[in-house]
Amino acid sequence: MSLLLLQLFNGFSLSSILLLIAIGLAITFGLMNVMNMAHGEFIMIGAYMAYLVQQLFQKYMPASAFGWYFVISLGVAFVIAFAIGWLLEVALIRFLYGRPLDSLLATWGVSLALQQVARSIFGAPNVAVKAPQWLEGGWHVTADLILPYKRLFIIGLVALCIFIIYMYLYHSAGGRRMRAVMQNRQMAACLGISTRRVDAQSFAFGSAMAGIAGCALSLLGPIGPTIGTYYIVDAFMVVVLGGIGKLIGTVAGALGIGVFNTALEYTTSATLGKVLVFTLIIAFLQWKPMGLVTIRSRSLD
Amino acid sequence: MREIKNKGKLTIALGMTLMMITAGCAKTETTTSTTAPVTSAAADAKAGGDTVPVGILHSLTGTMSISEVSVRDAELMAIDEINAAGGLLGKKIKPVIEDGASDWPTFAEKTKKLLQKDSVVTIFGCWTSASRKAVLPVVEQNKGLLWYPVQYEGVESSPNIFYIGATTNQQIIPAVTWLLQNKGKKFFLLGSDYVFPKTANKIIKEQLKADGGTLVAEEYTPLGHTDYNTIISKIKKEKPDVVFNTLNGDSNVAFFKQLKDAGITSKDLTTMSVSIAEEEVRGIGASVLDGHYTAWNYYQTTDIPENKKFVEAYKAKYGKDRVTDDPIEAGYTAVYLWAEAVKKAGSFDVEKVKAAAKGIEFNSPEGKVSIDGDNQHIFKTARIGQITADGQIKEIWNSGKSLKPDPFLKTYPWGVEVTK
Repeated sequence: MSLLLLQLFNGFSLSSILLLIAIGLAITFGLMNVMNMAHGEFIMIGAYMAYLVQQLFQKYMPASAFGWYFVISLGVAFVIAFAIGWLLEVALIRFLYGRPLDSLLATWGVSLALQQVARSIFGAPNVAVKAPQWLEGGWHVTADLILPYKRLFIIGLVALCIFIIYMYLYHSAGGRRMRAVMQNRQMAACLGISTRRVDAQSFAFGSAMAGIAGCALSLLGPIGPTIGTYYIVDAFMVVVLGGIGKLIGTVAGALGIGVFNTALEYTTSATLGKVLVFTLIIAFLQWKPMGLVTIRSRSLD
Repeated sequence: MREIKNKGKLTIALGMTLMMITAGCAKTETTTSTTAPVTSAAADAKAGGDTVPVGILHSLTGTMSISEVSVRDAELMAIDEINAAGGLLGKKIKPVIEDGASDWPTFAEKTKKLLQKDSVVTIFGCWTSASRKAVLPVVEQNKGLLWYPVQYEGVESSPNIFYIGATTNQQIIPAVTWLLQNKGKKFFLLGSDYVFPKTANKIIKEQLKADGGTLVAEEYTPLGHTDYNTIISKIKKEKPDVVFNTLNGDSNVAFFKQLKDAGITSKDLTTMSVSIAEEEVRGIGASVLDGHYTAWNYYQTTDIPENKKFVEAYKAKYGKDRVTDDPIEAGYTAVYLWAEAVKKAGSFDVEKVKAAAKGIEFNSPEGKVSIDGDNQHIFKTARIGQITADGQIKEIWNSGKSLKPDPFLKTYPWGVEVTK
């Protein structure tokens, strides 16, 4: 029984991680239609920020403050990834709107370049991040059922991120402008919105979300120059399955893939489980090519 | 509008060029201008002049660079030492460094380039079995020579390769024997889904059958897999005495971090890893790995005078925080074994060097090693170690003598089951 509950929890945990890495992509790919292959590298930037902030804390801060480094690094990762995202948008992405194949190739190149930059700065081997004390251990529900605090923390963090994005998109002037530009760029421009500014902001915001994801992932797995490549395919899968352009779709996609993946992996093997999940996704997209949630639109395409 | 478009193209072109330049810089660090075609008879002729070119072929970019960069460093250090001591046969060794980029076809291509264009007299390199298997036909066709520095799954022999890492009877088989005697009979096999773990597990399963162990489960995860929660649930369900871990690369980080989060420490469960050395411990975090076991032939703590010298020299050259480990040591030893063979042969010619290499001995940092004339592997001492909180590995058992390499498991009655 407790094993079943544990597996259920594992499923939610995997879903939350998938969702975290896909939120940013839901904005850049889902809303803006930019095939950003460098999304994984923003995850990497976030993870390295966690490492950097930790190093700084160990060097310059009293040991008692160490527990706080992770909270600070979340903020740092957001700001740095936002800035680099903005830079990338201004330097490259803005020339590629409406040209998905070109943007795919160009951002892929950017991703390789960023990996090499990371390798030059931090070295090729993985770096280790020590989790703060308050995230060590787990919640003992019963003797057999231990829920790691890190996983619980990530679930909470994802919920918070979704809430913030929802509030931004649907209950703020900036979010309203953003949705207006995505839905009808010319009309929005006529009404005096600076579409250029909104584009750059949205792209940077999506990148910053990836930075947060990277920070969180540093608790669970490796931090190396290629960390982003592990997650990029999964992130695209979540967004495509969920249905492009809808936040709720991304949530549903992540939940579906996470729970199915865990269940299938438990009953078969890790490799076969993954194959089955991808097969199911492909089958599902044959049946519903637009994904789980579709936008109702008056356009005739 | 058109102007904007052109500007866009220009930026992309600029970006691409920039990227190519960075990539190019990383790929070829040294090249030689020699273009003479190579045949083994012309080996001495091509070494004309004051220098003799040797190839260094490792992944300096991509997923395997994590492990291979430090092996390259050790090989370069050995070359520098030999040059400082006067070189070989009156010539200085000139390393030609190529990047295999964690991509097996690239390894084969670069080998061809090294042998045909750079006319190197030997190559030190490769890490994964896949890269070695890609290079194998190329060195055979071009009559080249490869010194391979990593432990591997055995069941292979090539007249053009010297295997300086352990084969299974010098690492995995002694480890399983030790576990059966000291830790219990129920084994859970966990590995990455490719050639080395599959062959290693095939061997372990036969050994368990022969020596009275039981297999409770066998799990493989794709290379680069990072979510081990479900595997950990399975481990919890099966309650094995031992998890024999043949995961490779970054997956180890995720597996051990998540094992600790699930409340399982080395006190609750014995794990034995054959791909985690000091370099990997550094990246995973010593606090996560504290108390877990590994099997190798060399540790940074191995208590031999030659090793103290080696560790000091390596740290002096590459930085205090760097560590040495088994493949690093094997890369270093490989260069010296080759140099000894060249001295004995009095020539750089591949065939002469190969003939002279039989029985060559060297006092390496792992102790005295010698090349087995029968199969071009080397005699090595098996060692089992326990990871300590300071990131080092403490030796707790060794085989007492250097073991004769047996890549085809001919000395084991159950060996036929594996090699057939």
